[in-house]
Amino acid sequence: MPAAQTRKPVAEGLFTWPSDDPQLLGSKCPDCAEVTFPSQTGCPACSASRCEQVGLSRSGTLWTWTVQNFPPPHPYLGDAREFVPFGVGYIELAEGVRVESRLTENDADKLAIGMQMNLVIEAFGTDADRNELVTFAFAPAETS
Amino acid sequence: MDIAIIGIGLFAFGRHDGVSAIEMGVAAARSALKDAGLEWKDMDLACAGSLEVLQPDTMNKHLGLTGIPFTTLYNGCATGGNLMLTTANALAAGVGDVGIAIGLDKHPRGAFSVGDTLESIGLGQWYGETGLALNPQFFAMKTQRYMHDHGISHETLHRTAVKAFKNGSLTETAWRRKAIDYDEIANAPMVCDPLRKFHFCNPSEGAAAVVMCRAEVAKRYTTHPIYLRADVFKTQTYGSFETLSPATPVRDAPGPVVRASQAAYETAGIGPEDVDVAQVQDTEVGHEIMHMAENGFCKDGEQEAWIADGATEIGGRLPINTDGGLLANGEPIGASGIRQVYEVCLQLRGDAGAHQVPNSPKVGYTQVYGFPGVSCVTVLST
Ligand SMILES: [Zn+2]
Repeated sequence: MPAAQTRKPVAEGLFTWPSDDPQLLGSKCPDCAEVTFPSQTGCPACSASRCEQVGLSRSGTLWTWTVQNFPPPHPYLGDAREFVPFGVGYIELAEGVRVESRLTENDADKLAIGMQMNLVIEAFGTDADRNELVTFAFAPAETS
Repeated sequence: MDIAIIGIGLFAFGRHDGVSAIEMGVAAARSALKDAGLEWKDMDLACAGSLEVLQPDTMNKHLGLTGIPFTTLYNGCATGGNLMLTTANALAAGVGDVGIAIGLDKHPRGAFSVGDTLESIGLGQWYGETGLALNPQFFAMKTQRYMHDHGISHETLHRTAVKAFKNGSLTETAWRRKAIDYDEIANAPMVCDPLRKFHFCNPSEGAAAVVMCRAEVAKRYTTHPIYLRADVFKTQTYGSFETLSPATPVRDAPGPVVRASQAAYETAGIGPEDVDVAQVQDTEVGHEIMHMAENGFCKDGEQEAWIADGATEIGGRLPINTDGGLLANGEPIGASGIRQVYEVCLQLRGDAGAHQVPNSPKVGYTQVYGFPGVSCVTVLST
């Protein structure tokens, strides 16, 4: 058995983790109330420059989806040699934003526009220091 | 716009081992100059664009060091249309009488990579590290939603690919010259649901060039100028759904293609019903279908009947992507938009041979689309 790996988020500031109730971190414009993800200070809707970080809803509906059937090119850090296809979708959240995400489901027959999805944090790859990397994903509500 | 195209040149798209992008660009430029009956030293200005070549203006070492302003630009898949627009604007501003726009590229095999750092395209590195920064995913997901909302069938996707390769088989300069039958396309491996292998174009290599002048002097150079009636470049507004977007607002807005198209019709003083032949960005079949509506040729959902009736075939009501489009030619990004214009010019001159649209088309249309939500539309006429 190799030594236990350290788990790390793929990037800081994307989601709260570790946490029992992890949340994606977006930003909300104090002037026009539009929400963006990931968080940024500039508002793409009204050009304001003082958007503030907010936690986003942990569940939403699947607005569209696909299945990534071939290993992504550089700089993908998942296992490209023993590649397992993964689902990708946009999840519509109550904040008025659709967030693109990996899906835990990769079977096209089990994905449908409009289905309920919940946020999870999942391991997906390894960095150069052999840390196990985690990122956000959405899982169909029935199975999560 | 009072601009005319008086020469066109193409270095056929495909794979050209041992030939550099610069060499392809130089060859396309020489071909366009020859078509115009002019020489490089007659050019008052030049514009060139490429993804892979950082300084395509170094073509001047091969074409001649004549001291002219040689602008370079890159706007993703909209580069070609914007090269022509920049050339046209310079001519209209009186910088000179005659100029040339040259697009060139030479991509590695396989899916486009987003490069070493996503920061260079305004995105976090995590986006690529987690396997999300892929254009095919966007193409598939926009198509998936559109099929759901507007009743487009998988059969319509397959038929669009059949047409592309059939048109490619008729076009001497196309890269994919073998027609592919419906069953082979319908049963090809899934790449990103709902899009399969033959539904997508591939990166390729090639170059294209056009020699342009102010319309009032066009007859000095040729008896058959093609007039550039409009060339419009638009970027996205807040609310449109674009490729490589970690999030997109629920609030909806018309995309850059719709806005470029509407502005181009207005500038040209025509409507979509006046177009006789069109080239639209078909990075994959889903976008050819969606672009039919975004460019105003039909309403959302009407593509189903149009394509079943063969309306977009070479002999149909509105022939689209008559040279096989991106599917049959691949996409050297910097050159792709000018290839569309090259094909429309052939059609309007009546020089397209086996892929010629019948009944002497008079009005042509081109449209490109790409990251980060950019589009160029041109309207051309005899
Ligand atoms: Zn705002």
